[in-house]
Amino acid sequence: MTLTSKALLVLAGLALAACNNPRAGGTFGGGGADGFGNDGFVDAGISTGNLGDPNDPRSVAHFQQRIGDRVFFTTDSSSLTAEGRATLDAQARWLNANTQFSIVMEGHADERGTRDYNIALGERRANAAMQYLIGQGVSANRMRVVSYGKDRPVEACAAQRCWDINRRAVTAIAGVTG
Amino acid sequence: MTRLFHSLFALALVVLTSIAALLPAQAQPLRLQITEGVIEPMPFAVPAFVPENSAGGAYAERLSRVVAANLTNSGLFREVPPQAHIARISSFDAGVSYSDWRAVNVQALITGAVQVSGNRMTVKFRLFDVLTGQQVGDGLQFAGTTDSWRRMAHKVSDAVYSRITGESGYFDSRVAFIAESGPRTNRTRRLAIMDQDGENVQFLTDGRAMVLGPRMSNSGERILYTTYETGTPRLALINTQSGQRQFIGDIPGAQVFSPRFTPDGSGLVFSAARGGNTDLYRLTFSSGQMLQLTSSPSIATAPSFSPDGRQIAFESDRSGTNQIYIMSASGGEARRISFGQGRYSTPVWSPRGDLIAFTKSHAGRFHIGVMRTDGSEERLLTASFLDESPTWAPNGRVIMFTREAQGGDPSLFSVDITGRNLRRVPTPGPASDPSWGPLLP
Repeated sequence: MTLTSKALLVLAGLALAACNNPRAGGTFGGGGADGFGNDGFVDAGISTGNLGDPNDPRSVAHFQQRIGDRVFFTTDSSSLTAEGRATLDAQARWLNANTQFSIVMEGHADERGTRDYNIALGERRANAAMQYLIGQGVSANRMRVVSYGKDRPVEACAAQRCWDINRRAVTAIAGVTG
Repeated sequence: MTRLFHSLFALALVVLTSIAALLPAQAQPLRLQITEGVIEPMPFAVPAFVPENSAGGAYAERLSRVVAANLTNSGLFREVPPQAHIARISSFDAGVSYSDWRAVNVQALITGAVQVSGNRMTVKFRLFDVLTGQQVGDGLQFAGTTDSWRRMAHKVSDAVYSRITGESGYFDSRVAFIAESGPRTNRTRRLAIMDQDGENVQFLTDGRAMVLGPRMSNSGERILYTTYETGTPRLALINTQSGQRQFIGDIPGAQVFSPRFTPDGSGLVFSAARGGNTDLYRLTFSSGQMLQLTSSPSIATAPSFSPDGRQIAFESDRSGTNQIYIMSASGGEARRISFGQGRYSTPVWSPRGDLIAFTKSHAGRFHIGVMRTDGSEERLLTASFLDESPTWAPNGRVIMFTREAQGGDPSLFSVDITGRNLRRVPTPGPASDPSWGPLLP
């Protein structure tokens, strides 16, 4: 895979991740209704074709849309919920079957906190998800962490609905290793 | 990198002798005591400066307006506007008709003059106590280039503020901040710097990478900030005059953020998050020596030095919730100082050393507050959906911070440390994370 296509994969992954969150309550089409239409990724005209058919269990699209690429946290917590662990179990199975992919584990917080603390909290969340995947046999060498704190919300509405989906760890498929 | 500063230069300062200066000191000088009590703003007048040649005419009015705006924005002064003036100042050296100023209830009169030749400019001013009919202090003269005309007005403002309050001013200073634009889900953030009154905004980064939390050095020449340009958060150090930039404080596998210069500028303290744990580290620029200051299995962030550089205030959740702690600048045991209700974040030591400003969240609201360095005498100055990132004016009288209304964009506000005079600081768009620099020489 070329560098360019890797970059496109990452961008497309971000756009898809934003658009296919089942708890966002919005459409999956990247339209404006759920606030993702103007985020710069969808408008870039990136095709979802790179990611494969979500019906193909080996596709990145399947990982993102069917398995779910993210887990959520309660306020100020980095403890994995039962639902989150189930998602990570499924992620681990996919990652263990598709070992060519490396992962960026993104940690995020909602907006109700100071910037510095939220970067630390986001790192805690990303680390919690990463450690869980390691426990399920995913190699630590394939993963790295990035915390965005409160500064990369999937949706901004200053209400509980958005805070709940912004407190998250996202397993972003970053590219092909080795 | 774009040019960062229009060329700074040393403002030449000359003391003007005058007949008034030779008079014996007045028994009751024009004085505003800044206390906790309610202050009645002191009425002042600043007529258009006198143009001493035709080229000076372009600046005469503008200089006086900047002085008036500064003094008014401090909350300590109230302008008697030019249209209310009876007397006209047509010569800088002519006598002052005090009765005409008394008649419109002016207490402090500021007169000025400006002369321009080529790109050089000279600004003079005098301050008069209208009630006693005497000049306060000597007249002063500033010389510089015309593109720094606002700085000269700020210098005049600082001199007036200082003579009347007995404290140093803060008007000739700059503020680093993050200029924001675009949708919140994909925000563009640029490092920017501006005058304290929101003028002369310059952008130091191009917006391609997310940047956060700038901190200006005590000399005002360097800024530390957090950047995502290589993916994970890293620290960058930029020289605002040369535009030179470098990454510093990299720790393999760690997110590094929340930097703060040592008071002498010889190094920095910052946070590094790794393995679910965030600790404070200290780096000395010259030796490259890195020292880990905390090793608690918790979050330690938002460090701030005492002005003498011997102690560090920081935020930690080691007790279960965020609280403020103080430890030696070389690490070791930390003492918790915040014990009120709610959570305490982002301690920032006052330049006077006596107070610590902080962010507090309690019952769904955020506040900017101040407390003494032992945690006593806590005072909340603001309340809103989200107030954070306090920074001190160089004289320790005013705090600037980020305010975000629920569902709204962030903007910069300032408030007096007594909690009065809350004002929005004008910025070109949404703005956050102010860092107030020193009073310029």
